[in-house]
Amino acid sequence: MTFRKYLVLMGVAVFAVIGDSLVSRGMKQTGGVTLHHMSGFLLVVLRPEVALGVLFLIAFFACYMAALSWADLTYVLPTTSVSFIFLTLVAKFILHENVTTTRWIGVLMISAGIGFVTQGPALTAHHEPEKHLATASARTDP
Amino acid sequence: MKLLYAWGAVGCIVATSTAGDVLLSRAMKQVGDVGELRRRTGVVHVLGRILRNPNFLLAITAMATAFYAMLFGLSWADVSLVIPASTSLTFVTNAFAAKIFLHEHVDHRRWVAAVLVAGGVIMLAL
Repeated sequence: MTFRKYLVLMGVAVFAVIGDSLVSRGMKQTGGVTLHHMSGFLLVVLRPEVALGVLFLIAFFACYMAALSWADLTYVLPTTSVSFIFLTLVAKFILHENVTTTRWIGVLMISAGIGFVTQGPALTAHHEPEKHLATASARTDP
Repeated sequence: MKLLYAWGAVGCIVATSTAGDVLLSRAMKQVGDVGELRRRTGVVHVLGRILRNPNFLLAITAMATAFYAMLFGLSWADVSLVIPASTSLTFVTNAFAAKIFLHEHVDHRRWVAAVLVAGGVIMLAL
């Protein structure tokens, strides 16, 4: 694992938190959505908070795709759950929210889970890249 | 009644997220390490390869469904219920799906990690 790869995993965690928070805020301002008002439901992505949230979620998705190109799904998912720890620390030390003991136990459990998975290899299954792509890569390989 | 709808949305999010994650993981493994490929062949070439991959297109469809299910869920219930519930369940279903469909070596360490993270996310929501 290189420093760049750790940065990509960090990007997955940070962008997901910001994107989810913005979309949540936008949806709360929209109010209840029903199947009878589908046009409003589809147009909700034009709301500023939701649109900005979607941009962050696109950044999250780019990092997530990059991570999945060199690591197992069962490695990437627990590792990037560090986002929940970030969120709790932000709530406690920046937003000065009351973080209960139960939540701290949750943070400890997630930390332990991340500790477990990062001790092992990032990739276990052997995958052959698409043949035409491998050929293209070989042609341009110096 | 809204809570029932919310849990229905959570079930939909879990199913479609798991399908999306597995399909995306398969697609990206078929493409190869994007960082390395970008240096060798350029961004446009890599993007073209990704966008032409059928598994990627299926993954996007599944994830778009999950996203709209999440929007429905968030309009019916608090984020503190919808996101942790769907995320924690997805950790476990992804471990099963990765073992079955991607043939990943999900050893005891990864099972423990999936369960700990899923449990931790639930604790955060309590």
